[in-house]
Formats: sequence, structure tokens, C-alpha cells
Amino acid sequence: MSIKILLYIAGRAVKGLLVLLVIAVFNFFLIRAAPGDPAQVMAGEAGATDEVFLQQLREQFGLDQPLYYQLWVYINNMLHFDMGITYRQQMPVFDLIMDRMPATLLLTGAAFVLSLLLGVLAGVVAAAKHRKWPDSAITVAALVFYATPLFWLAMMASLLFSVYLDWLPSFGMQTVGEDFAGWDKVRDIGIHLVLPAATLGLFFTAVYARMTRTSMIETSRLDFVKTAKAKGMKPSRVLYRHVLRNALLPVVTLAGLQAGQLIGGAVLTETVFAWPGIGRLMFDALFQRDYNLLLGVFFISSAMVVLFNLITDVIYCVVDPRIEL
Amino acid sequence: MNIIKTLSQNKVAMVGFAVLVMLILVAVLGPYVYEGTPWKMVQRPFIPPFENSSYLLGTDILGRDVLAGLIYGTRISLLVSFVSTVIALLIGIPLGAYAGYFGGWVDEVLMRFTEIFQTVPSFALAIVLVAIFEPSVYSITGAIALVSWPPVARLVRGEFLRLRNQEYVLAAKLNGQSNRNIILKEILPNSLSPIIVLASLMVATAILLESSLAFLGLGDPEIMSWGYMIGSSRTVIRQAWWLSFIPGVAIAVTVLALNLLGEGLNDALNPKLSGKRES
Repeated sequence: MSIKILLYIAGRAVKGLLVLLVIAVFNFFLIRAAPGDPAQVMAGEAGATDEVFLQQLREQFGLDQPLYYQLWVYINNMLHFDMGITYRQQMPVFDLIMDRMPATLLLTGAAFVLSLLLGVLAGVVAAAKHRKWPDSAITVAALVFYATPLFWLAMMASLLFSVYLDWLPSFGMQTVGEDFAGWDKVRDIGIHLVLPAATLGLFFTAVYARMTRTSMIETSRLDFVKTAKAKGMKPSRVLYRHVLRNALLPVVTLAGLQAGQLIGGAVLTETVFAWPGIGRLMFDALFQRDYNLLLGVFFISSAMVVLFNLITDVIYCVVDPRIEL
Repeated sequence: MNIIKTLSQNKVAMVGFAVLVMLILVAVLGPYVYEGTPWKMVQRPFIPPFENSSYLLGTDILGRDVLAGLIYGTRISLLVSFVSTVIALLIGIPLGAYAGYFGGWVDEVLMRFTEIFQTVPSFALAIVLVAIFEPSVYSITGAIALVSWPPVARLVRGEFLRLRNQEYVLAAKLNGQSNRNIILKEILPNSLSPIIVLASLMVATAILLESSLAFLGLGDPEIMSWGYMIGSSRTVIRQAWWLSFIPGVAIAVTVLALNLLGEGLNDALNPKLSGKRES
């Protein structure tokens, strides 16, 4: 049994690595498909006029060598976490991304937990009050937030809560000029986190709420629920012990698949709130036309999704023994 | 006929449909009513809405007419999202059909390929594609299509797996019909309804994607779009909040209309699955 699980997980890991390899090859050809000299494309707007830097890039990636050799060098570099250097920051791309990673993990993690809790709660309330006003209110709210562009919602939230009400900061991750330590620092980051995490999470809250509601209503029509009711079980107990537990499965499956979308959303939220994560880094790379950095962020965020999917697989195996391997 | 009747009785879906028809009219006729370009500076900047009767929604940072921008933005939003959805269908349907119909190693290979696209964070991929191939209507439409087809392939594959052993398909096989004929004329028409529902929701997602790209500065520099309008007025949100507010409402209304229509279609086409019929 446990060997079977280990084998399964190993298989998934190999698959994930293969996906990353394909993405690396894709990146390699993408740079060469772009108009212009690859070195200049990689160097970006700022570095493209610096001949020394261009030469450095050509040597590092073997750009004067045949294509297959270049591909080999590129993949080999990637295996050593070497993605080149960004001109502007004069820093290895990989180090720069890793520098920004904790902020993004904090933001997406907070948004994920928040949206799952709120969404499931809203879905349960809507299903429990099916066809009464709370159901309609939640359904309408979910529909609206599902249709609202994330970046716009972020801007409107910062306008309302930061500019007009002045309750929450809307810029950065920590108060500029203050040097907090210990709990003060945690509190400071926490306050800065509220708006970005809430706006990033709101779209997914809507998704989970709709899904939980539908799933609950469908599950509550199944035979085992009727049996439980017929036995004279208290309705609230039927709802939580029987319906919710079974209705949650598709929601959790969906949540596991949403990692990629969260990362994409983080690009927008981090841009609006100047949150110092990899999404903001991606925007800066766009702005400076620093394609080496851009592709680096793309690759690492894909790697994050692969890793996250792997973790979900492991959790599944542990939580639900019924899952077929 | 029955479907249209069911759909027309669904008030919410009809509201969505009406809004959509109105938007299409705006997109098609708007530029004839509003001649010239939305880039032209027509008045002093920062006129608030409803203050100047010839510029009903006011002017932006550079004194351009906000209403003209909205009208031209409708055009590009609808155009890009419809075309990219059509392209995504043209990629996803054949892939899914082949995978589901033939099964075996064909299925294995095509589904691994689809999985790669599903794993990659789609918005990040769209950003990378548009940035490297330079923002233009073509690169934006192509990038959105390229990140939206995997759900189509999976859906169509599922439908084909379900239908390929039905009696009418077996009869067609015994008749000696070619695989191509069976796929196109026997199975595909019977799996159209979920594809239509998915397509209507994909158009909505494509509008959100297009506006998000334009917001980040990845819009076609020649074309006024809602996302660009919001992105360009982001720095002045304290002085002129309406400049970012108005285009955002336009996006939300359009996407909402499409979603409502899509749900109505879903209820009308798959009454068993809707969950709204009973109780």
C-alpha cells in the first residue's frame, strides 16, 4: 500500500519535471522567435546598448554556437539554477526571483486560505437557505465578483479603504521608514496584507461559493441523505456531517487546480498594490523589456504550480484512501 | 425550437442576451456615430462626467473623450474575445475529438500535451507571449486563444469517449463510413450543446484576459481599449476616480451579461444537469 503510494508520487514528480523541461525548451525557442538578436532581446531595453554585457550574455548562453549546442547549454544552466543576470539590478535572475518569492507566497497563501474559507461558508449558507433571500444575495454577489476584473477591483478597494476611509495602507508590504521588529513587524505586514489578499481572494471566493452551493444542493438529493433524514437525524447534523463532507470533494479538487490562476492574479494585485513579490517583478520586467527576467519569472511560477500540484496529490493520498492510484 | 423557447422564458438569461445585443450594436455602429479617433484631444483634461453636454462622460488625463474611448473599447473587447474563442475551439475540438475517438496512445499523447498547457499559469504565459511578439491585435488574440483551448479539448474528449460506443456510431461504422465522417457528422453534432455553453463562458474569460493584458501595458498601441483606459488613469485615481471606474463597469457588465447568457444556455441545453429544475 505505502509503496504503491510512493511509486505514484514519484511518478507524478517525474511528470512534473518533464513539464518543466518542456517549458524550458519552449522558453529557449521563444527568445529566438522574437524579432532581433537573442542577446539583445535577453538583455532588454536597458542593457541592449552595453556591448560588454551583450558579449557576456553571448558567452554565457553560447549564442555564437550551433542551435542544438545552445539548447544544451541553456538546459544545463537551468539545471544549475542559472538563468542569467539582469542588467538593471546586476543580479542573477534566480536570486532576484527567490528574493521576491516569500512575499508572493505570503500573498497567494493568504488569498487561497481566505477564499476557500469564505467561499465554502458562503456556499453552505446559500445551500442551507436554498431559494430564500440569503441564497439570492450570495448568488448575486458571487455572480458580480466573478465578472469583475481583478485589477479594477483592487484599484477600487484601495480607493475606498485607503484613500477615502484611510483604514488600510494600499502600498507596499511594510511601512516605509519604520524599522519594526518582532510582533510589531508581523502586525505591520498583516495590515499591508489585508487589501491585496482580500481582492486577490475575492474572485476565487466567488468561484468556491458557486461551486459549494451547487455541490451541496446536488448532494442533498442523493439517497444516503434521504436515508439519514428518514432515520430522524437532526437537519443541521445531516447538513454538516453528511452533505458538506461529500460536497466538499469537488471543491477541494478545484482548489488544487487553481494555483496557476492565483499566480496570474498575483501579477495584477502586486502591480496595483506595489507588493514586492514575483508578480510585481514580472511587471517591472515587462516595463523594462527585460525578457530574460520575464522568462525566469514565468519558469519559476510554473515550477511553483508543479510543486503545488504535487503537494495536493500527496495530501489527497493521505486524506482520501478511496482515490485510485 | 424547444431550446429557444426555454431560453426565452429565462428572464435573467434574456437580460444578458439583450445587453450583449446592445453592446454588439455599439461596437458595430458606434464608430459611425462617433467619427474620428478616440485618441484625439477634444477638450481640457479632467472634465468630470455629466458636466459638459458634448462630452457626456467627461475627458481623461490628456483631454480625450471618455465616451468615445468606451465605444471603441467595446469593439476591440468583443472582437478579440470572439475571435480568440473561435481559434481556441478550432484547436481544442479536433484535439479532443481525436483523443476521445481513437483512444489508446493517440489519447495518451494528446492528453499529456494538453496537461502541459493546463499546468502552466495561463495569464503568465499570455503575458510572455504578447511581450515577446510585441503587443498587437494579432499577438493578443493568438495568446488568449493559446491559453484557452485546454478546457475545450478535455470537454470534447469526454463527450467523444461517452458517445463513441453508442449504437448510432456503431451503426455508422458498420455502414463503412470513414472515421472523419463519423467524427464530423455523427458524434460532433451530438456533443455541441456543452461546447456552446463552454464557448459563451470562454468569451467572458477572454474579455477579462484582454483587459488585464491592456491594463499591464500589453494592449495594441494603436487601439483604445477598456483595460488601457484603466491602466493609464491609475496614477491619477485620487484626483479622477471616475476615469478608472467607468471602463471597469463596462467590463464587468459585459462579462456578467455573457455569464448570465451562458448559464441560461446551460439550463436550456442540459436540463438534467442544471440543478435548478427540481424542488
